[in-house]
Amino acid sequence: MTQRIARRFQISTLAAHLVLIGFTLLALAPTLLVIMNSFKPRKEIFGAPLALPSFETITLIGYDTVLKRGDILNYFQNSLIVTVCALFFIILFGAMAAFALSEYRFPGNRLIGLFLVMGIMVPIRLGTVGILKLMVSLGLANTLFALILVYTAQGLPMAVFVMSEFMRQVSDDLKNAARVDGLSEYTILFRLVLPVVRPAIATIAVFTMVPIWNDLWFPLVLAPGESTRTMTLGAQSFIGQFITDWNAVLAALTLAIVPMLILYLMFSRQLIRGITAGAVK
Amino acid sequence: MRLYRAAFTRGPALFKDHRFLTTKGYAVATSAQRKPIRWHIGVLLAPAILIYTVIMLLPVFDSLRMSLYGKGPDGAPVFVGLANYTTLLTDSYWQGPFWNALWNNVVFFIIHMLVQNPIGILLAALLSLGKLPGREFYRTALFLPTMLSFVIVGFVWKLILSPAWGVSKTLLGSVGLGSWFAPWLGQPDTALITLALISVWQFIGLPMMLIYAAMIAIPDELMEAASCDGVTGINQFFKIKLPLIWPSIGVVSILTFVGNFNAFDLIYVSQGALAGPNFSTDILGTLLYRTFFGNQLQAGDPFMGATIAGAMFLIILCGVCVYLYGVQRRLAYYQM
Repeated sequence: MTQRIARRFQISTLAAHLVLIGFTLLALAPTLLVIMNSFKPRKEIFGAPLALPSFETITLIGYDTVLKRGDILNYFQNSLIVTVCALFFIILFGAMAAFALSEYRFPGNRLIGLFLVMGIMVPIRLGTVGILKLMVSLGLANTLFALILVYTAQGLPMAVFVMSEFMRQVSDDLKNAARVDGLSEYTILFRLVLPVVRPAIATIAVFTMVPIWNDLWFPLVLAPGESTRTMTLGAQSFIGQFITDWNAVLAALTLAIVPMLILYLMFSRQLIRGITAGAVK
Repeated sequence: MRLYRAAFTRGPALFKDHRFLTTKGYAVATSAQRKPIRWHIGVLLAPAILIYTVIMLLPVFDSLRMSLYGKGPDGAPVFVGLANYTTLLTDSYWQGPFWNALWNNVVFFIIHMLVQNPIGILLAALLSLGKLPGREFYRTALFLPTMLSFVIVGFVWKLILSPAWGVSKTLLGSVGLGSWFAPWLGQPDTALITLALISVWQFIGLPMMLIYAAMIAIPDELMEAASCDGVTGINQFFKIKLPLIWPSIGVVSILTFVGNFNAFDLIYVSQGALAGPNFSTDILGTLLYRTFFGNQLQAGDPFMGATIAGAMFLIILCGVCVYLYGVQRRLAYYQM
């Protein structure tokens, strides 16, 4: 009897692994294919696209073409600054507002909540012309700060929505105990509630970081200058330039993917720890 | 282990309102005294409201206001009321593209709901199975495409599906399905589905992660209790886990809805602003872009562009209302 249960358990684990491996391959293959082929000469890219690059024929000709133009490191730095700053402001201001809305009863609470959450369904792109006018009048056109402001505004509604959903589930006894102990409302938020809603923060980080990093629209409109160009805009412009040069296109794609891969591998541990730590029983 | 409905533990308003529980000053609050002003509420709300209003809401409403204006004889904007919307829905020049884009957008969304969410739930369920070795690797790998930009995803898949390179044909050929290959992105009847599946491929990590986070938050004791009562395996999933993750599935669905009806980048990058072939992949986002900024076929029309933006706004508003009042209120939340 126990043996049968054990065997059944093993079979289901095996099946789980098979399904997961299948999806993992599907998720990784396209990216690997591009990275692999970027090191091959043109003949092999077309002749044997699925083969690993061989030592005899490995070539960096595509990278050579791409690196002669464009300043990858600067693009990367710009993207990093914009994403990290915007994320910080979104989480800080979002948590503050979400706490105020989910914790206190005051006149206009529901109205302010609706007012903020309404932003989830307003595509901020609709306001592009107005935003551009505003940034020019503030003297912020072609600066990274303009992008940070726009992305913060864009991310706040979702942050407030998700965090207040999570904050409502934080036990009232915990907070009231802290109040009896004389802690200020700010301390309760930052020391007590924020650590408990870490899964929410991780969720928001993922949801907002990705679109910010990947956005093409606002960098193009608000900060198209060479010195403020983000990674996505940079990649788009040089892939466009080399469209028939397959070596260069594959190399450009690889250069756009690799920093993000590194960034992701750095952040993913943090992210997964954030999610699991919040859910520890 | 008992489950409490959040609504009950919340209890009567007296306990929810901490004024009666805090010490200094408030403890003796009676109906005769005035409530002290709680400054911290204002301080907590101010930065979010300020940035959100000035940077996002005002410019957006300014643009939406434009949909009520038209170009006057001297070039200055003239108030025309809802005339632009009537034109969009009934004029022979506008109505075709609009309904086409709307229908394509609906198809795009349905494919996401039917493919992305079930696979996301499946993957989350598999990942949260006991102590599955290697789950950290799977999680990291499956989430990876979500990190890539539309620019990269669009180009990568364009290359892979391109008959010129022939990778997909070789791959299909190696499993004996070589004859299935077709230039999917180039055919009007398959291009939209292909793009939707590419988008699903890219974003599968989001529902997976959200639902996974909800699943690992379910206490072990609860699952043990279920096992003791004879609820195991598939039954355990459908009877216990699924009801507990409905709120997460709801959040995922509304996020997908809003995301899909705002979509633009993937189609723009892989098919261009004309959303070819023959507008078969045209969705509201690309129609808005073409109308607003113009293209080879027509000059930009900010007023009609604003009208399409207004229509998108109304569609998304309807979806969110359905979620908030139709779905979310019926969901049961449990404090665990």
